[in-house]
Amino acid sequence: MTLVAFTILFAAVVIGYILNLRAARALRDGGAKMHSLNGFHGGYAALMVLIPTFMLIILWLLFQGSVIEFLVKSSLPEGQLEGLGVGEVQLIMAEIQSIAGGRIFGTPDQWKLDAAERLETLRAISAWLMVASTAALAAVMLYVARRRVTADFRARQGLETIVHRLMVACATTAIFITIGIVASLLFETIRFFQMVPFWDFVLGTSWEPQIPIREDQIAAAGAFGMLPVFLGTLVIATVAMFIATPIGLLSAIYLHEFANARVRAVVKPVLEILAGVPTVVYGFFAILVIAPALRNIGGDLGIPIAPNTALAAGSVMGIMLIPFISSFADDALAAVPRSLRDGSLAVGATPAETVLKVLFPAAIPGIVGGILLAVSRAIGETMIVVMAAGLIAKMTINPLDSVTTVTVQIVTLLIGDTAFDNPKTLSAFALGMGLFLMTLVINVAALRIVRKYREIYD
Amino acid sequence: MTDSTAARFDKASPEIKAHLRKRKRSQFMLKTLGIGAISIAFAMLFLLVGSLISTGYQAFTQTHLVVEARIDPALVDPDNPSDGNFRQLALDIVSNRVIGGADTDNTDRLTDILSNRAQFTLRDIVVANPDLVGETVELKLPVADKYDQLHKGMLDRDTPEENRRLSDREIEIFDQLVEGGYVAKPLNWALLTNADSRFPEVAGLKGAIIGSAYALLVCFLLSFPVGIGAAIYLEEFAPKNRISDLIEININNLAAVPSVVFGLLGLAVFIGWFGMPRSVPFVGGMTLALMTLPTIIIATRAAIKAVPPSIREAALGVGASKQQVVFGHVLPLAMPGILTGTIIGMAQALGETAPLLLIGMNAFITSAPSTPFDSATALPTQIFIWADSPERGFVSRTSAAILVLLTFLIAMNALAIFLRNKFERKW
Repeated sequence: MTLVAFTILFAAVVIGYILNLRAARALRDGGAKMHSLNGFHGGYAALMVLIPTFMLIILWLLFQGSVIEFLVKSSLPEGQLEGLGVGEVQLIMAEIQSIAGGRIFGTPDQWKLDAAERLETLRAISAWLMVASTAALAAVMLYVARRRVTADFRARQGLETIVHRLMVACATTAIFITIGIVASLLFETIRFFQMVPFWDFVLGTSWEPQIPIREDQIAAAGAFGMLPVFLGTLVIATVAMFIATPIGLLSAIYLHEFANARVRAVVKPVLEILAGVPTVVYGFFAILVIAPALRNIGGDLGIPIAPNTALAAGSVMGIMLIPFISSFADDALAAVPRSLRDGSLAVGATPAETVLKVLFPAAIPGIVGGILLAVSRAIGETMIVVMAAGLIAKMTINPLDSVTTVTVQIVTLLIGDTAFDNPKTLSAFALGMGLFLMTLVINVAALRIVRKYREIYD
Repeated sequence: MTDSTAARFDKASPEIKAHLRKRKRSQFMLKTLGIGAISIAFAMLFLLVGSLISTGYQAFTQTHLVVEARIDPALVDPDNPSDGNFRQLALDIVSNRVIGGADTDNTDRLTDILSNRAQFTLRDIVVANPDLVGETVELKLPVADKYDQLHKGMLDRDTPEENRRLSDREIEIFDQLVEGGYVAKPLNWALLTNADSRFPEVAGLKGAIIGSAYALLVCFLLSFPVGIGAAIYLEEFAPKNRISDLIEININNLAAVPSVVFGLLGLAVFIGWFGMPRSVPFVGGMTLALMTLPTIIIATRAAIKAVPPSIREAALGVGASKQQVVFGHVLPLAMPGILTGTIIGMAQALGETAPLLLIGMNAFITSAPSTPFDSATALPTQIFIWADSPERGFVSRTSAAILVLLTFLIAMNALAIFLRNKFERKW
């Protein structure tokens, strides 16, 4: 039915364009002195039909699910959902939905079968209503647009105003995405802090995200202290930066100062390949090659290395960040005015001295900005650590040990669980909030530094 | 005075010589370190690709049992082939045709040789062509994972029997089959044409590839028009005021927000608030679109900026309106750059995993989706699922899946480079 609605929309847009184009052409042929070209009349009609009708379909698709679910839920017999948690209600609704989809397991209660039937009917009604209202709205808009075709109607201005507003809407999407991120995180985080005290989360040193399965279970009450999780993130990010920063900077310096154009033309794209490899591939690389290799080395040296040591995830993350840092440093070095370089070489400094003592200090702000952005990447990186780092949170800074990270916890807490009514799932959003704020601060600082630095020489 | 200066710069003096040597040595050191750093990066890339190829190439072939067998009408009713006893038929094929007579001791072991799914492969063959019932046909059926590993030499025959997944007798039977010429190792098309399965020998990527394609399609349809609209507005129309600045800062920050946060957004807003279904490519595509949007906006702005102002002035001069200038002249000229940026953004979206995990695209689904609203996995999430699977056979399949994903990425990037080289104009 969605397809039918979109077909109607498409047809109405084309019809609107043709109708108004023809009407305008007829007027012009009749000798009227038209303000706007025929095409603008057509385009005006097309957009007049397209925008409201498209919005209607989208809103319908967005909200029909929740409205139907609400109607079905409220039509269930009294008392069936009383005293049940959100998760159990979701289970029942899922069962009803699968019955409605024709997948019946066992012999469900009669009221569930009835509800499934109602669900089916409501869905069918909703689909028909959507098509009908789409057609009706399209017809109305066609009529309205057609009535506007006159000799002195300023169709070009009308069309351009609509297009202008559309573009403004597109540009503000970015703001709405940010608002969406903050709102969704904040909303669930506030609910989390209603269950777990704020300071327990921020200053707690123990992270055991369990919830009691039975009401009277006290032992498994769980602890939600974020410190060990953030500490683990920092450990892995530090390992990554220890590998990425020297290698990235040295290769940037070599490429910028010593390599000729042919070497650059080969090396730069190859480094870019490292940046383009998906992180899930790096994660698999870490568990397939790096972690066993580290364990063997540790075994030979007699050092106990945990199977999912922070070193494995961190070093692979470091490899991923090499091109990031090297391209930022290369840009920063290239932005230093040539006169500084030439001056240094002219008084007899070697190229190495020029790079290290003249260009590098001048490029420091840009390089620091790049390194900060890399740190923010390392903190937010998910797949490598999900696959190669540990799950248990420990208060340790030993990179040979297994640590967990914020992103690992977010993913493991939310995989396969959607009941947002317990501290376990909600804590993922609180962690996400912490992660978002942390990376935001670093990003803003980094972008500031980079931008400020650029202004000096431009 | 002049004398002493001359003495200080006397190149032959031992101090100067030593100093010069030191400076040259540090120059050499820096150069060597630079080469070393680049070599490390290169070595890691080779190690990465090399390890993937060396583990993954095995999955591009699959050991099959090739036998002439009769489809027994006693087991399969030609009028109703889909209800036949294909399990028994598969067993009979192995025991009668291959070993040459029922070997009751080994019946249990024999059932293991063929993949658990071989009976369904048989069923599909017969259902597609019911005339085969009663005929003797040549059949090619996948063997189980452990025999596949044995045949590919990945199962060490020297390990003690109790630590091995196959007993000595089982290996002996299989070796007889190999000697009899009943075993072949053809190209593993099932890797691309089958959907996921619990059994590595028949698991394939079809569902993941189609799921990824749907998600990318949705992502493109949303982010491309919106991204171009936003970029045109910001570059050509936006007044220089605080709101425009705010939007700019916003876009730059969004480009650096961790992807898992976008997953949280998708989970809370699309699934939690709007009640959309989990695990569907449509929601995945919407989430990816939010992430791709900043990339496309930034690339489009750069492409629009590269169009020289003289084009705009010429068009304005002959009486075009501002929008006619932009849509009639600037945008077409900027299109190659925009497309290049978009393709690179799409390639990034194709490799993105974390947000898709959060919205549930890591479900175990054994059929390919037929619409963007059906549950599905995507290529990167499928890789994650396989990497997590305990069966040995999934290790090489994971590598193979990664190679497939990398092939798609290389193809997309090559297309972007081709577009750039072919249509880019230097002004």
